[in-house]
Amino acid sequence: MAQRVLILFSHPYAEASRVNRALLNAVLDLPDVTVHDLYQHYPEQMIDVEHEQALVAEHDVLVFQHPLFWYSCPALMKSWLDTVLTFGWAYGDDGDALRGKPWVHAITSGGAANVYQRMAYNQFSIAELLRPFEQTATLCGMPYLQPFLTQDVNQLDEIALQKRAAQYAAWVQALVDGDLPPVVHTAHAPQVDFLEGA
Amino acid sequence: MAEAHTPALLLQGAVYLGAAVLAVPLSKRLGLGSVLGYLIAGILIGPWGLGLIAETETVLHFSEFGVVMMLFLIGLEIELDKLLELRMPIFGMGGLQVLLTIGLVVALGLFLHLDWRLALVAGMGVAMSSTAIAMQVLAEQGVLAQPSGRSAFAVLLFQDLAVIPLMILLLVIAPGTETASGFHMDWFAITKAIALVVVLIVGGKYLLRPILRYIANTGLREIFIAFALFLIIGVSILMTSVGLSMGLGAFIAGVLLADSEYRQELELDIEPFKGLLLGLFFIAVGMSVNLPLIMQQPWLVLGLGLGFVMLKLVLLFGLARAFGHKSQDALLFALTLSQVGEFAFVIFNAAADARIFTDNTASLLNSVVAISMLTTPLFMLAHGVYLRKRLNRKSSSHDAFEEQRAVIVAGFGRVGQVVTRLLSSVGQPPTVIDFDPNQIDLMRQFGHKAYYGDITRPDVLRAAGIAKAKLLILAIDNAEDALETARYVRKHYPQVTILARARNRSYAFEYMDLEVDFVRETFAGALQLGEKVLTELGYSRFHAYRTAWRFRQHDEKLMWASHPIRNDMQQVVVNSLRMRNDLTRILTEEQQGDDKRERINQGWEQVGRTEADRS
Repeated sequence: MAQRVLILFSHPYAEASRVNRALLNAVLDLPDVTVHDLYQHYPEQMIDVEHEQALVAEHDVLVFQHPLFWYSCPALMKSWLDTVLTFGWAYGDDGDALRGKPWVHAITSGGAANVYQRMAYNQFSIAELLRPFEQTATLCGMPYLQPFLTQDVNQLDEIALQKRAAQYAAWVQALVDGDLPPVVHTAHAPQVDFLEGA
Repeated sequence: MAEAHTPALLLQGAVYLGAAVLAVPLSKRLGLGSVLGYLIAGILIGPWGLGLIAETETVLHFSEFGVVMMLFLIGLEIELDKLLELRMPIFGMGGLQVLLTIGLVVALGLFLHLDWRLALVAGMGVAMSSTAIAMQVLAEQGVLAQPSGRSAFAVLLFQDLAVIPLMILLLVIAPGTETASGFHMDWFAITKAIALVVVLIVGGKYLLRPILRYIANTGLREIFIAFALFLIIGVSILMTSVGLSMGLGAFIAGVLLADSEYRQELELDIEPFKGLLLGLFFIAVGMSVNLPLIMQQPWLVLGLGLGFVMLKLVLLFGLARAFGHKSQDALLFALTLSQVGEFAFVIFNAAADARIFTDNTASLLNSVVAISMLTTPLFMLAHGVYLRKRLNRKSSSHDAFEEQRAVIVAGFGRVGQVVTRLLSSVGQPPTVIDFDPNQIDLMRQFGHKAYYGDITRPDVLRAAGIAKAKLLILAIDNAEDALETARYVRKHYPQVTILARARNRSYAFEYMDLEVDFVRETFAGALQLGEKVLTELGYSRFHAYRTAWRFRQHDEKLMWASHPIRNDMQQVVVNSLRMRNDLTRILTEEQQGDDKRERINQGWEQVGRTEADRS
């Protein structure tokens, strides 16, 4: 059975974002995929919690598509997590609404893969930087999957970008088909470096 | 026999309606306005034109109800406070205008060695302006709410009042009247008149509303209309019975109902009658133009007509300037009131009855009045052309609508200006149209591209480039005109996205019907105010903002839910009460920190607490 995929897209200037726009366009019309553009939907950043929770309940897989801003997600996505993942719903004694739903990021970054390394320019790998998200997923009982990374985006020419967008569509289609990327556990891993997979 | 009688009446009706249908659209198309169309139609079918209709007198009397209804509708629009505000222009400008006009005409008459009585009566007549024409013109120009429009209205109102003493004066100066007995009659008449007005005001205040409620509750719409018409006609008859003007009575009745819940209903019901009767009135005026008489003494009639108009123009312009109007406003004010009005017919005919002058003189003067009425639409036409020329000549470059832009902003008032500034600041300056020349002058000084034009006119829309525009923003003050424009553009230019400013919920529903996106014009401001109140009440600023936002979400939902059932008041009420309860529950829970709601805002803090509880 097809998995219903919810893409929670966060980008404050989506119309100006060449790469994210291209990726998103590639998956807009896929069946069983819902694209939910948070900044488009909540220009005042006031999130309608009930609406969001209902939307999540209707889907099987949550994809967070966003650019990497200051080693994290854009503000509205953080706000989404803060307000939607409530006690008693997402976690806590009766909070099992998210249990078993996979959580996965689709991230774009300006820096190339080699700057996100131990001892490299940014000192940490992306997997390390994303640890708060990983732990949030774990607390909510959600399998945390290996992300889809599009890096060094300023070097992507039009042809490469189209290729990347096609890859993204195939990746999302695999999610729909239930063909999921591997689950990531960084807490006990000797080396936190899972980035080349996607 | 009945068969012979009825067809004659129907035949007359058919002639009137046919003439109006033929002449008015043609006249409007030629840009001459509807009034001139009616007048010409009247001349054509009248006894001296094609002779299709013989008896002008009865028609004129009957059709005066058009003017009466118009005054009733004007009354409905006016609240008592506003009327008090207008005291100064009413008595100052109105009084001076009437006195000075009479004085000048009498002086002129005496200079020409005319009989002083004739000169005085002529002056009285000439002092009157045509409420019907002036109000029509003011409405068409959309300036009723502006200084010049309000002054014009005030002067018209004073003229209406002045008819009473003038008619009494007629009886006094009539040859053969004993002065003493004349005065005796006057006091009685005046007492009666005042008594009636008092009765009307008191009765209107305490009786009218219960009656209207009773009738409205029967749910019979036609009976409601019948009562509305009965009310107007009844009050008018009462007023004439004590020698007051019918229009004044209708006006008082209107003012008394202005702040009642039936105002809108009455307006809608009377409107079509008013329009038709006004048309009939103008046709009747056209019919009373005595062509043979004019042919006999063309220069006298034309000369008198134009002379009087010129005299009034100069006087009114000077008066408006003296009362502090800008020359542009003063010009419009003077043009609007420059014609001689329908009360002149009444005065001249009464004077003929009182044998102050002959029927022939009355007929001559009546034709002069009709001629003067013809001038106003022509003046307005010239004024429009002049304004457009002046404004386009003044424009910094020679691009009268040449440059077509993606966005058209209609209306350059409070809303239009902000939108325009916002758009300009992101490099998308819109084409702006407004028909207040002063506003346009002002905005041009600030470097905006603004044009003079009436957005409801298809040719103006076309000239502004509607065919190639992406967006039309309706920010004009007149909600009806805006809606009308939206309908027109939706129909003829469906590719244009329309954004409208909706005056209230019922306009919002209309826009929903048209699938036009809108904002409610005072809603955002009111919300901000409410938000500030919450902050003052001790909410944090974020909490206040969020609460106002939630309220807005809810209100928008409520509006969409009410849209399909908006005509069923009971359902709307039930639905809103239910949704209001929901909202109250949600918002108070959020405020009082109901467990679940509290955690929406506290989020992760609970994690620590749970962990602590466990360990």
